[in-house]
Amino acid sequence: MNSKLKQLIIGIATTAALVCANASRATDITGAGATFPYPIYAKWAEAYKAQTGAAMNYQSIGSGGGIKQITSKTVDFGASDMPLKPEELEKNGLMQFPTVIGGVVPVINVAGINAGTLKLDGSTLANIYLGKITKWNDPALVALNKDIKLPDGNITVVHRSDGSGTSFIFTNYLSKVSAEWKSSVGESTAVSWKTGIGGKGNEGVAANVQRMKNTIGYVEYAYALQNKMNTVQMKNRDGQFVKPEDNSFKAAAAGAQWDKAPGFYKILTDEAGKESWPISGATFVLIHKAQEKPETGKEVLKFFDWAYDKGGKLASELNYVPLPDNVVKLIRAAWKAQIKDAAGNALVK
Amino acid sequence: MPTFLREASLKRHTVLDLLFRNLTRVSAFGVLMLLVAIIASLIVGSMPAIRAFGFGFLTSSEWDPVNDQFGALIPIVGTLVTSAIALLIAIPVSFGIAIFLTELSPRILRRPLGVAIELLAGIPSIIYGMWGLFIFAPLFAERIEPWLSAHIGTMPYIGPLFSGPPMGIGVLTAGIILAIMVIPFIASVMRDVFEVVPTLLKESAYGLGATTWEVMWKVVLPYTKVGVAGGIMLGLGRALGETMAVTFVIGNSHELSKSLLMPGNSIASALANEFTEAYGGVYTSALIELGLILFFITFVVLSLARYMLFKLGQREGQVT
Repeated sequence: MNSKLKQLIIGIATTAALVCANASRATDITGAGATFPYPIYAKWAEAYKAQTGAAMNYQSIGSGGGIKQITSKTVDFGASDMPLKPEELEKNGLMQFPTVIGGVVPVINVAGINAGTLKLDGSTLANIYLGKITKWNDPALVALNKDIKLPDGNITVVHRSDGSGTSFIFTNYLSKVSAEWKSSVGESTAVSWKTGIGGKGNEGVAANVQRMKNTIGYVEYAYALQNKMNTVQMKNRDGQFVKPEDNSFKAAAAGAQWDKAPGFYKILTDEAGKESWPISGATFVLIHKAQEKPETGKEVLKFFDWAYDKGGKLASELNYVPLPDNVVKLIRAAWKAQIKDAAGNALVK
Repeated sequence: MPTFLREASLKRHTVLDLLFRNLTRVSAFGVLMLLVAIIASLIVGSMPAIRAFGFGFLTSSEWDPVNDQFGALIPIVGTLVTSAIALLIAIPVSFGIAIFLTELSPRILRRPLGVAIELLAGIPSIIYGMWGLFIFAPLFAERIEPWLSAHIGTMPYIGPLFSGPPMGIGVLTAGIILAIMVIPFIASVMRDVFEVVPTLLKESAYGLGATTWEVMWKVVLPYTKVGVAGGIMLGLGRALGETMAVTFVIGNSHELSKSLLMPGNSIASALANEFTEAYGGVYTSALIELGLILFFITFVVLSLARYMLFKLGQREGQVT
């Protein structure tokens, strides 16, 4: 046998042995679903592996796919930006819990309006997206922005063309603040838009808004920040104008009454609180309540337990907002109460 | 007995032959099975939508995931219109390229130009999409669309096709990007079939005093018309199914508009956009039915193309 080939075979055998040894030390877990939390889940997985040696593989295939895969038990946990209703959870024997919070931010590109100065309220935003307000100098906009000289230009509306958790949070907010939106469009990851053009992904919307004049769109906060986009101030439930920033997302999460939301079915839009950003939302993880393989189930909970403890800083670095402590406490209690092995014993004590 | 005819060795060879023959057979039929399986799964997957909407699915322009109301009219129209625009631009340009490469170009340029055109066909479609969105669309919005709506948009009959705000993205942009993408396909098929025209025919025409244009139009094109049509069909097949590039520039809006400057949607881009996050029986099923429709349209187009190219093959070498 040629010596190079021999070396190669030895090399492969050693690697395989190492990989096997590694795998036997800890159970690897797999998850699939939403694209929005993918960067932070990947970051957490990397840090978690470095500390514990256990790997977490996450495939960002979209919330719909994540729900399908966890229902058919091909993954250990699913992830969705749109929380499932308690009755749907019940039907599939699932439990869900939020992991991180993000904000959806309206962004504009209008000559003459400085970054972060335009003020909007919910009904005006809804009317723009309904196609009822078509000019930037519409009386409704002028009334909110007396100190800005608004141009006489047509508003070009940009929305997501793909189904997305961002659209869900955005349309959920508009449904809460506008009865007409609720009845004629509604809330979902994809809706029947009344006007405007669609961009694929946050990057598609960002590109369209920045490229065209007199546009308005909505993107994840991190995208607005990275692309230095012109964000707006929103009027929240308490009548205050707030800027999109970590603190205002945190305020929305803190003000929410998670303990009164069965199955953690809570969308952080239009929350009370002076500093609350009105278009916030958490992203969720789904796991089966009855764990057929308790070892893997335990690993999943261990991973997220670690993430709540140690992952906050990493999340902030990527412009996600960690959950407030009181919510984490509720989640840990829910794990104890709801996640069981086949014999009905709680997985975490 | 000589060693090479030993019985054991002979037997072994027979077995190997048999094995290999069956292996090739399985591979060939495997592809057929796969095709049938894909069609079957598309039909099964779209059953809930077929049951819910029936033939109305083809004529309804409603697309409302919230209330589970779906219709395929807008994506079907978008797919057909963008492909038609693409062909309208690509056919004359490809014809010109093929004439140049076979008749007019200096011999030294033929190979590099031919290779360049074939390379154009190898560029991944997402690159066309990004180029379309970031480079072409802004230029189109600033320079060409205002001119179009000011000059052609005011004309009777065709005016409404070119009116509307200059956004840079829309049905027309998607058609133009598609045209750029299918030109290499059509041009290289045209060049290949033009080259099979017997020199005898062309020389005779030139000998009678025909100009290059007359030779192309009256001798070469009639001789190769079936092959040319086949090439066009191949281009059409690509245009119909193109996903990423169209998704970037078509505007992705479920609205039916008279103007080509307004955003629209195509079947492939609707699927690319919505499939990952679609949740719920009817929604997913409606998307699968869209896929079935696209499959059907491209299947018809490609079979037609195959048939025409086959016809050309039969005529090759005959003198008309």
